[in-house]
Amino acid sequence: MSTRLVSRLIIAAATALAAILPLILPSWATLTTLILAKGIVVLGIIILLQAGQVSFGHAMFFGVGAYTIAFWGRYVGAGDLLLFLVLGPMLAMVFGLLIGLFVVRYREIFFGMLNLAFSMVMWSLLEKLYAFTNGADGIRVARPTLAGISFTPEVFQYVLLYLTLGLVLVVSYGVQRYLDSPLGHMLRAIKSNETRLEYLGVSAKRILLIGYVISAFLGGLGGVLVAVAQQIATPEFAYWTKSGEFVFIAILGGTANAAGAFAGAAVFETVRFFASAQLANAWQLILGVVLIVIIMFAPNGLIGLRNRGKAQAEVRP
Amino acid sequence: MDSTIVILAICDGVSYAALVFLVSVGLSLIFGVLRIVNVAHGSLYAYGAYMAATLSLLIAPVSPWLTFPALLVASVLVGAIVGGFMERFLLRPVYHLEEVLQLLITFAVFMIMDNLQRMIWGVQPIFAAEPVKLLPNISVLGVNYTSYQVLLLPLVAVITLFGLRYFLRYTLAGSIIMAVTEDREAATAIGIDAKRVFLITFIIGACLAALGGALASPTTSLVPGMGTDMIVLSFAVAATAGLGQIEGAAITALMIGLARAFIIYIQPELEVLVPYLIMMLVLLIRPMGLFGVNRVRKI
Repeated sequence: MSTRLVSRLIIAAATALAAILPLILPSWATLTTLILAKGIVVLGIIILLQAGQVSFGHAMFFGVGAYTIAFWGRYVGAGDLLLFLVLGPMLAMVFGLLIGLFVVRYREIFFGMLNLAFSMVMWSLLEKLYAFTNGADGIRVARPTLAGISFTPEVFQYVLLYLTLGLVLVVSYGVQRYLDSPLGHMLRAIKSNETRLEYLGVSAKRILLIGYVISAFLGGLGGVLVAVAQQIATPEFAYWTKSGEFVFIAILGGTANAAGAFAGAAVFETVRFFASAQLANAWQLILGVVLIVIIMFAPNGLIGLRNRGKAQAEVRP
Repeated sequence: MDSTIVILAICDGVSYAALVFLVSVGLSLIFGVLRIVNVAHGSLYAYGAYMAATLSLLIAPVSPWLTFPALLVASVLVGAIVGGFMERFLLRPVYHLEEVLQLLITFAVFMIMDNLQRMIWGVQPIFAAEPVKLLPNISVLGVNYTSYQVLLLPLVAVITLFGLRYFLRYTLAGSIIMAVTEDREAATAIGIDAKRVFLITFIIGACLAALGGALASPTTSLVPGMGTDMIVLSFAVAATAGLGQIEGAAITALMIGLARAFIIYIQPELEVLVPYLIMMLVLLIRPMGLFGVNRVRKI
């Protein structure tokens, strides 16, 4: 069997698992939704990592998505999930474009720091403008309708799950196509040799900006889904530790392709789910140790473990 | 705004700037030599504070004046043990990996330290204000202020600034550190043990962060999350100044400290915002920071 076929089989099996397991174990429905939604955000991180850039503020787009729906509920009224799924990511894209115009002029640590600064500004506004945002308590998000139909909570968790799963398949396919396209290859060229890219007549800034806006879109989409699944939006969504968490998941899963995001999110959320139930006081410690072990012994992530036998050229370290 | 508030704000700003300077200069020093931004730096600050409070509370019944050396002992203990362990066993094995991964190692250490901190010292606020009470209040142009905050803290910061300058420019060990910073390969070729330089630099930087925490501990209540706030703030100061700039960090810390102190009296909600706004403005105009030097891009 070719490795391509094996990859497809694994993806099909994982999709089936995500679709069927929650039917048997209802308590897993929301957890699976969270895994998939966070995976979508991590896809955005992976896009930026292709260019060798790490954003320590990407949670701000996650926050934009979540607060879009929260503010809508607070100031407009009831809304439809389909509307939120368009509005949230679009707003995140607008933010991404505005912030991106500044940050793509910087590389490496300054890129990371500026993103961090922007996200901290957003976080402190969300926390301090108490009259509008309820401060650290956050805003409750009411269960939205879907295409005009309202569901009971039991049914809605499955509706949300399958909707998210569908979105994941579409988005992953899109991101994989993007990364395999000339645009994606140019993004990778920023990491390997930006000067040469410029000599070819390509604007590295524009290439990075496109990637940045796409990743902001993904962040907003994930934010909407998580806010609906958890029925709340808090400033914590935009805090820098959240951004760190997304980068962590990306490294955990492996940054070579889209599947890594979901493998990483699955392991991360499952460890957190069980660790916070069994060892409520130590889950952060456990995650920290896991991260160190992964970096030292499997720097290509979980996906990299499977690819170890394959030619190194295919897998970017 | 009357003059009393202006003087109060200046005193607040200066004492706060002194603490921020100590932490961010450590961060800057480590970055200058190891090219790593240590995300766990804020945790070292918090550990310095907690360790100092623990030692102070232990030693205060014997003699309250012993709390001053206790602050120093606490910061050296934390810096040497935690910092030393971190560099030797966690960072040294990953120097050959991508910078992103090195950054993430320090992020992992931050998660671990943050968690351990809650386990060791709990989540209840801890107070150990002994050293502040021992020193008399003084009158600054008619406004009463603790001399601990308005004299001792800036004094320590100034001593650190000039001490570091002297150490790096006029001593052999300092020259060796500078040599490794300039060109690691050439330095190794003439027989310098770069690994040891990395270890020593990291420990010095860690001690400075812990010292900042130890000195802060008598002036504030110790709560979980104090390290998290400090790390982003010291990042902001170090980046605004230009990473690796020691004198720049001092000036920027003073600038941000004063701006923050004034905004607290004018519009308290915006307090958290000020450092980042300053940082963004500066980086947009001068990407390398206020005092940073443009590096020639290597192809």
